[in-house]
Amino acid sequence: MYSLLQTAAPAGPLPINDLLFVVVPYVVLAVFFSMTIWRYVKEKFSYSSYSSQFLENQHQFWGSVPWHYGILALVAGHLIGFLVPRGVLWWNSVPARLYIIEGAALIFGIITLIGLINLIVRRATNPRVRAVTSKMDVVVLVLLLLQVIGGLWVALTARWGSSWFAAVLAPYLWSLFTFQPDASAVAQLPWSIKLHILGAYAIFALFPFTRLVHVLVVPNHYLWRRFQVVMWNKRASKAE
Amino acid sequence: MNVRAQVSMVFHLDKCIGCHTCSIACKNIWTDRKGTEYMWFNNVETKPGTGYPTQWEDQSKYRGGWEVKGDRLRLKSTGKGRIITNIFHNPHLPTMDDYYEPWTYKYEDLFNAPAGTDQPTALPISKVTGEYIDIESGPNWDDDLGGSNIYAANDPNLKDVSEEQRQQLQAVERLVFFYFPRICNHCLNPACVASCPSGALYKRGEDGIVLINQKRCRAWRSCVAACPYKKTYYNWSTGKSEKCLLCYPRLETGQAPACFHSCVGRIRYLGLLLYDADRIDEIAKLPPEKLVEGQRDLILDPNDPNVIAAARKAGMPEQVIEFAQRSPVYQFVKVWKIALPPHIEYRTLPMLYYVPPLLPVLGSTANQVYENGVDAKAIFHAFDQQRVPMGYLASLFSVGDEAKIRYVLRKLVAVRTFKRAETVGDIPMAVALEALKLADTTEAEVEDIYRMTSLPTFAQRFVIPPMHREEAIEAFKDPQDHKREVGFGFTASPKRGL
Repeated sequence: MYSLLQTAAPAGPLPINDLLFVVVPYVVLAVFFSMTIWRYVKEKFSYSSYSSQFLENQHQFWGSVPWHYGILALVAGHLIGFLVPRGVLWWNSVPARLYIIEGAALIFGIITLIGLINLIVRRATNPRVRAVTSKMDVVVLVLLLLQVIGGLWVALTARWGSSWFAAVLAPYLWSLFTFQPDASAVAQLPWSIKLHILGAYAIFALFPFTRLVHVLVVPNHYLWRRFQVVMWNKRASKAE
Repeated sequence: MNVRAQVSMVFHLDKCIGCHTCSIACKNIWTDRKGTEYMWFNNVETKPGTGYPTQWEDQSKYRGGWEVKGDRLRLKSTGKGRIITNIFHNPHLPTMDDYYEPWTYKYEDLFNAPAGTDQPTALPISKVTGEYIDIESGPNWDDDLGGSNIYAANDPNLKDVSEEQRQQLQAVERLVFFYFPRICNHCLNPACVASCPSGALYKRGEDGIVLINQKRCRAWRSCVAACPYKKTYYNWSTGKSEKCLLCYPRLETGQAPACFHSCVGRIRYLGLLLYDADRIDEIAKLPPEKLVEGQRDLILDPNDPNVIAAARKAGMPEQVIEFAQRSPVYQFVKVWKIALPPHIEYRTLPMLYYVPPLLPVLGSTANQVYENGVDAKAIFHAFDQQRVPMGYLASLFSVGDEAKIRYVLRKLVAVRTFKRAETVGDIPMAVALEALKLADTTEAEVEDIYRMTSLPTFAQRFVIPPMHREEAIEAFKDPQDHKREVGFGFTASPKRGL
């Protein structure tokens, strides 16, 4: 096994592979961090979730709620696979537990897709909501739709995702974050997974230029702050 | 004792003529932008009526304000736990249909129409979508009881009024209404501030004005649902909520807010109230029948040496204390006790008070003629035959306690009786003096009320304290440096982002 890898190494992965899975992610990260911070500092007013519930209330429920719960669960799943790959592999060592986690992921994926389709249909058909739809909203929705469909496709065709993500993709992502990029493992993956990875990069790259920035300003401090906020000009918010 | 100052207001409903000048003054200054067309920081409702947004007082629908759970207050709409479930879809958020879809007219059709035999018309188009719309509602759709069989009949305040009285309200010869102008109450226990997940809403410590930081607002919409008076509005274009700012830029330069300044009926009074901030929570939790008295207790006497000492200790400028002593609002609320808070059962402790209307009350007497009464008791007798049922006013201003409304109306009648006895003379002075006694008032107080309600000057109605904003900057740096550094402050354009 070791020798096999050794012999494969001199031939090396294709340059296109390095470009897509080493160069691109660093460019994406640079754009993501620099532009997000720039926007937060210079265009703070534009940080908003741009809720359109005020304009349309009913359909919004069937879009926004499943979409958000679904995508939160899926992102959390990806994040856990990235942060504690060994833990995931340990969990998956018992087949029953593997089926539970894969089944749950699939269900959340379907919930997410249903929510997203509802959001897209709503945005396309409701004249009021269409009036507050920007070009970037369309780009984001199309991109997210492709990404969710792609993710479901991967889940259904390349089993068992939770295990191979922890075994193959987590080390790849860690290699990026530790500045020792190694995309050789990714090169062996089927095209559907590669597209899903590239889709993620596209979303991260466009992130600072879209309404998605509202993810970064989720109101976590509300849970422990006092109800009332009193601001003093002079006393620099000493009381309450 | 934690003494704070609050810029407070009194609206004298007897004097409101329903001209909407206040609304227009406000709209022209603050809400004539895209996304704000439907916002009326100041609006004037006809009561009985469903108000704006429709049925805003029906908290079983909108879930605004606070409720007491066990020994603590909690928001009816959202709270720390429920914000997680409500943030993606707020079940209590009013939608544009609860207000109205703003519109304009296609005026170009008037010019571009081909020559013909009939007049060209400008059809209404939505200001949101730009498409033709059927206008189904507007900001004053039920003005002057228009469509009262739909609107006035569904006023949530009529729930305490008997069926018979409701029928009478609908009878043509007994039709009655009064105007109810509303702005943000700049509450002491604001539900909007407490509900904001981003902490974008805040109450200014120095003057108690409640504001929304436009750069921190993230369109979570909690404030719109939480405010029981529905005085925060969601800007559908910029994705930010906006609300009445009590024209603080005007106040800081010594001018009355636009709606106050422009008021034709001169119904509005503005001045400081001092209150004990340590007791807000305790008062807001009182049982409903004690809320009105409780809030009055919360307000401190600006002439009390203890209060003055505590205010100085809290760092309140000397001038602010002086202005609090001259406040007309203090007289109305605490001394004369004739101004009551609207719907204090929402427990936000509103700091806009109303003098309940008397005119429709006196408009009906037993014999279809004005009877000034041979004895003092007869003067007050008319209250129970008034056209606006007591229960209705009590539902608006005193959590259903008719005695509190009677107290105010008695005093208002006593003022008129006494002044009539004094100036016209067709009521014996003995009767008038007896009326004063029954109304729990004195000649001196009646004279004061008369002067403040009938003859006040601009400076007496609006006692605007110096805001000391220059000192606020001085505390940190040279004001000239500050000005050079920040220029005009908010320089990013308040446009919808990507």
